[in-house]
Amino acid sequence: MGDLTHQIPERIPIHLVVNGVSHTLDLVPWTTLLDALRDHLALSGTKKGCDHGQCGACTVLVDGRRVNSCLTLAVMNDGAEITTVEGLAKDGTLHPLQQAFIDHDAFQCGYCTPGQICSAAGLLVEGRARDADEIRELMSGNLCRCGAYPNILAAIQQAMGQP
Amino acid sequence: MNAYIGTPTSRVDGRAKVTGAAKYAGEFPADGLLHGFVVEATIPCGRIARLDTSAALQVKGVLDVLTHANRPPLADKDEAWRDEVAPEGSPFRPLYDDTVKFNGQPIALVVAEDWETAKFAATLVRVEYEQRGFATDLEGERGKAAEMDKPHKPRGDAAATLAQARVRHEAEYVIPTEHHNPMELYATTAIWDSNGKLTIYDKTQGVQNVHKFLCGVFDKKPDDIRVASPYVGGAFGSGLRPQYQVVLATLGALALKRSVRVVLTRQQMYGLGYRPMTIERVGLGAKSDGTLDAVTHEAIAVTSRYEDFARNDTGWAEQLYSSPNSRFSHKLVHLDVSTPCDMRAPGAASGVCALECAMDELSVALKLDPIELRLKCYSDRDQSENLPYTSKQLRECYARGADAFGWSRRNPAPRSMRDGKELVGWGMATGVWEALQMPVAVRIVLTSNGHAEVSCAASDIGTGTYTIVAQVAADALGLPIENISVRLADSTLPQAPVEGGSWMAASSAHAVLAAAEEVRKELLRLAGKIHGSPLAGAELADTVLTDGSIARASDNRRAVSIADAMRHGGVERIEKEKLNQFGEDKKHARNTHSAVFAEVKVDELLGVIRVTRVVSAIAAGRILNTKTGRSQIMGGVVWGIGMALHEETVMDHRFGRIMNANIAEYHIPVNADVHDIDVIFVDEPDAHINALGIKGLGEIGIVGVPAAIANAVYHATGKRIRRFPITLDKVLD
Repeated sequence: MGDLTHQIPERIPIHLVVNGVSHTLDLVPWTTLLDALRDHLALSGTKKGCDHGQCGACTVLVDGRRVNSCLTLAVMNDGAEITTVEGLAKDGTLHPLQQAFIDHDAFQCGYCTPGQICSAAGLLVEGRARDADEIRELMSGNLCRCGAYPNILAAIQQAMGQP
Repeated sequence: MNAYIGTPTSRVDGRAKVTGAAKYAGEFPADGLLHGFVVEATIPCGRIARLDTSAALQVKGVLDVLTHANRPPLADKDEAWRDEVAPEGSPFRPLYDDTVKFNGQPIALVVAEDWETAKFAATLVRVEYEQRGFATDLEGERGKAAEMDKPHKPRGDAAATLAQARVRHEAEYVIPTEHHNPMELYATTAIWDSNGKLTIYDKTQGVQNVHKFLCGVFDKKPDDIRVASPYVGGAFGSGLRPQYQVVLATLGALALKRSVRVVLTRQQMYGLGYRPMTIERVGLGAKSDGTLDAVTHEAIAVTSRYEDFARNDTGWAEQLYSSPNSRFSHKLVHLDVSTPCDMRAPGAASGVCALECAMDELSVALKLDPIELRLKCYSDRDQSENLPYTSKQLRECYARGADAFGWSRRNPAPRSMRDGKELVGWGMATGVWEALQMPVAVRIVLTSNGHAEVSCAASDIGTGTYTIVAQVAADALGLPIENISVRLADSTLPQAPVEGGSWMAASSAHAVLAAAEEVRKELLRLAGKIHGSPLAGAELADTVLTDGSIARASDNRRAVSIADAMRHGGVERIEKEKLNQFGEDKKHARNTHSAVFAEVKVDELLGVIRVTRVVSAIAAGRILNTKTGRSQIMGGVVWGIGMALHEETVMDHRFGRIMNANIAEYHIPVNADVHDIDVIFVDEPDAHINALGIKGLGEIGIVGVPAAIANAVYHATGKRIRRFPITLDKVLD
């Protein structure tokens, strides 16, 4: 099999702006954005639920767009602005979605919650969801095994200012 | 006294969960943390003939590859491996020897400086096996089923009565294997400190269960290991028994004297416990007026070769419906698979599904409304022991649920209701679960500034334990909830069993009350010593804690503030710990009940099924928190939708391997699958069960839901599908 020590690729310097803070990281290119956040920046608010883009727990905002951070390599995001769940509250005041999730009990175990909230934040910016059915459809990439879906819907509607 | 109990209090851990501050087992940092990656067996039965780790060991950053051949010592007696909730048998021991008992069994742990390196090196481990003959197909092996337990006594002659019954229904219902799939991956971070002691952050429903298990397996003193699990990203039963990754992470830490984290992949999680596939055969014999003459229920379930996992699938019929003749049996088939484990409402979710589908079929045969049939057989006594219930408001569940659903507008004929191109079906079912309670201890530390820390080893797996403990403590101590801090899920805290069976709400709440009473006793002692005290000579029973004071219950203007009592007594804090045990009540049966109503819409051409409405009317005693309680029931309903329409672990029996071991091909409900869910809590005062009249909500929410949906699909389509899940191919077939 030859000398396997050479099979670990060289580290590459990567620049990320995460929640407004600039970071330079030396990462091997196979590091996902998710692992870069969790293991290299100690931002464990972004969750790993499958590592295959199947559950949505790792959803973050990349330059304002919602992205499964397990499906994108950190090197592919060099220079990008990343917002994670840790970056949503401002000066101790919760983001309206965070408050709405508490008000409507839109979670139980809390593990899918950061992804749900980041996904919902992306959804609000997209402006494509106009009614309950569209919100349900466009939030269906974020699984919640506790089954909080109706409360997640209600929380998003509250943040959207819908009745 | 009741400012918080019974109110829709928001979760006290909500802020931590919506900001990302809540840390789960695989997220605790440690200096020099190493990462372990599991190598799994790819055969279901045999032995490892050769295991070559040399290539993996050459990878830069790999520290070791642990296998059965080089691991540190592990206990050799079954007793050490048998945890608090282990079934009969000889528990699985990871990396113990060269035998392979199931596909997906861990056979090596690659430990490296970072996770990606460990994962890469794991692909380089070469394994050769001696494979043996195996069987993994329950239906193929059902002839080898062995009677395991007889949870309920037979009554009368069920077989003969059933054979002669005026109206008879007998059928088999098949519930597939299902996996819990909590969102959090199974994970353990074992933190090694310089004294050789270990702090284990583990994804578990019982830190003290894991603690005792690890001390036994690794021959450690209780003080050598601490297990904590402050947040658990869902579990649903999968974290009741210690999972193998906690053994592997601990092994790695002991072998390398470093901190080690092991996080399983989603795929690897399918190598642990699951809801066992069951074949449920139900027989119902009735008179033409709908009263039951005979009930029979036989369950045939899968288990592993090494443990007898059996739950109560069949006893529910006896509790729910009166019948002079009954017979129940539970059989197990031992296969080359891992041992099943409890999964939300174990036994009941499957058994009641079959029973309630059968009841629907009987109602069709009798031309009787399904609710009417259930009222004909209604029983105010648990017939297995001939006992009255502590409370049973199931009649009220039927009435309130039917009313909210609009059941009276149902046309009973199948295929009679439509909405455009969709057939509409309305179905209903009954649900039942036990109201269990266990000994739990709580410690309260009250400080003179009117703050209290309440602590207990119990877990909050998303069920809301932090919140209800805070509510009950706030009320019992007469303090605002903001002044209560709750610490849970640390093995060094006061005793608690695993969080499961819906017993933690009642058990922890009454432990809080018991500890709070000790605090009140001490405050009364201190306050009574004050010169001219308004509480001088007061009996404990005539005192309450309210508004930051201890006061006479009969006249709460006669009070001493907590601060004054403690200042006069010269103490800064009062610390009390109390173990609460419930008195044994052999005169009552204890259960929760539900009536579930479901509407489905079925696309006639495509067979697509949507559950458009569910009404779940619950009788579960007093509800501690109507907000989190509603969420629990709603979650149970979503699980019921999954069980009815989506969930199935599919095995390729040629290889004894699961084919859909991921969360895309193992289907669970997504947001778009879930529509209106109406949860009704029926008023159910209960003076017998415990002081607060609490019964617990974790399981009852799912029970009955799959049957209500299956019955609605029959009503919509005229097709009775008895093999779950009800997928569109079966509807179109």
